[in-house]
Amino acid sequence: MMRNRFLIGTTIAALSGWLLAAIATVIAQAPSYRAPRTPDGRPNLNGIWQTMNTANWNIEPHPAGPSPVRELGAAGAVPAGLGVVEGGEIPYLPEARKKQQENYANRLKLDPEIKCYLPGVPRATYQGFPFQIIQSTKHIMIVHEFAGAVRTIYMADQTEAPADSWMGWSNGRWEGETLVVDTKGFNDLSWFDRAGNFHSDALHVVERFTPRSAETLTYEVTIEDPKVFSRPWKMSMPIYRRVERNARILEFRCVEFVEDLLYGHLRKQPAK
Amino acid sequence: MAAALALTLAATISITGQTQSPAQPATAKAGPASAAAGKADKSATAGKAYKAPRTPDGQPDLQGFWTNSTYVPLERPNNVTKELYTPEEAEAAIKAAAAREAAQTEPGTTADVHYDFSQFGLDRSQSTFARNLRTSLIVDPPDGRIPPLNAQGQKRAQERAAARKAMGGQYDAVENMPVGSRCIIMGGAGPPLMNAGYNANYHIVQSPGYVMILTEMIHDVRVIPLDNAREGARPQPPSQVRQWIGLSRGRWEGETLVVETTNFNGKNPFRGASENLKVTERFTRTADDTIQYRFTVEDPTTWDRPWTADAPLVKTEGPIFEFACHETNYGIANILAGARADEKRAAEQKKGSN
Repeated sequence: MMRNRFLIGTTIAALSGWLLAAIATVIAQAPSYRAPRTPDGRPNLNGIWQTMNTANWNIEPHPAGPSPVRELGAAGAVPAGLGVVEGGEIPYLPEARKKQQENYANRLKLDPEIKCYLPGVPRATYQGFPFQIIQSTKHIMIVHEFAGAVRTIYMADQTEAPADSWMGWSNGRWEGETLVVDTKGFNDLSWFDRAGNFHSDALHVVERFTPRSAETLTYEVTIEDPKVFSRPWKMSMPIYRRVERNARILEFRCVEFVEDLLYGHLRKQPAK
Repeated sequence: MAAALALTLAATISITGQTQSPAQPATAKAGPASAAAGKADKSATAGKAYKAPRTPDGQPDLQGFWTNSTYVPLERPNNVTKELYTPEEAEAAIKAAAAREAAQTEPGTTADVHYDFSQFGLDRSQSTFARNLRTSLIVDPPDGRIPPLNAQGQKRAQERAAARKAMGGQYDAVENMPVGSRCIIMGGAGPPLMNAGYNANYHIVQSPGYVMILTEMIHDVRVIPLDNAREGARPQPPSQVRQWIGLSRGRWEGETLVVETTNFNGKNPFRGASENLKVTERFTRTADDTIQYRFTVEDPTTWDRPWTADAPLVKTEGPIFEFACHETNYGIANILAGARADEKRAAEQKKGSN
């Protein structure tokens, strides 16, 4: 009897585990949805999009926590999140994990987002601001509201990155329903999130944008950076369409919002 | 590709249109735009027959890399009384302007020389630029000059000058420095699109319902939603939403893209305008390598009449590389730190002499 109960219990546990895995798979790979086509016959990704998760706080699973800025109280507190990293944990090299922890401890001083620096890739996607995809045959533009960050994805005339940059150098291709964007040529200055997760200038990002319904995309990212991680790893999340008829990318020209923070100590002091 | 440093020493790399040897002196014969420029001249008179290629959704195709770099000044010079130069006079005007740019770079000729414009390919003559027989970009009023400020415009100019004075010296605080040096916005972004002196490059991409204009300077992007038959005219954006580049909406009138922009925040006043500025731009592709670009500015609280300029865009070579400006804006910090160090030294000298 006891033995049977144990068996049933483990079977249920195993089954529910399998079910969860199956559900996760279903979410990640929506059934064979076929997107409407652009006039030149490609899956139509045009639109204004936004993610809805806590990845910008921390791409790894994390509990809720207090605001890093006391004055902001609950308004600045960190919402919990299940994480967007497949397998939960980023496979850091041991030294790199230490650096991430130092970054986290000093995040108010170090996080490039706080300084209104270009957010890098893939952080720009899940930073929480809307972005617009402008899809043409030779070039696909991604225009982000935050800091007016912009990416040019070359679908034709593809070249290697001419130099390192914040947003990298992106070449794209179509694989069936999926836009695959291969980005290299990053500098080592952007972060993945506010938790200090970081990369080096050896970063190689491959993003897959797959329409999963009229109003959602599946976004999968493979991260490769042998200077920082022991193996390539993946993030995935849905992206949602901003369906308001008057939706548009507005200006978030944040330089002037951070000038006092960055240069206030160099202000002329009144004569004593 | 030419590595270049912006005036603020912000890192920037331009790989657009820098097709000639960077070492070529600025006074050398004009760059590869000659052919394009010939077209630009012709288009003003004989462009009617040209029909632009179409995008897959049927819009006239404006896509690609363009520049509005030019030696034609916005306003007609004081000593010029005619609308058009002869070709010889135009060539001489270009040479004289190019020589002025080169003169800046001769050691000792200018007190505050930062670096050699011609060495880094930043002088206009080394890149594609739009040639034109016009003596001014302004075509209306007919004298080629911006109309005089009206009473309200003059009052505002005085108030702005007083407010600037009250803020103290230019190096007292970051807010006192020019918005371009602070990497907030540079002249080329507009609207209207004004040639920026260098890096005057744009990338136009179209998708159904949208035209996007990327300005090389500080990767400034304007996404212009288009009115269409299905949804009709776009609602006017709420007046509370005001932006450095305003809010644009566009429509096709035959071969011409007409873009109207309002909702400016007035913090980067165009030629003394207020936040009531309205800019109407008309883009017409008149040849494979030319877009006729005409803009009209209106602000009854600044000028008693609208004024209009023609500033053609000519095709140039891409791609445009990321212009991250603020991220390495060491110039601002160093200038302010230098000013504080000067003050400290002056205070110590004063103390020592007492």
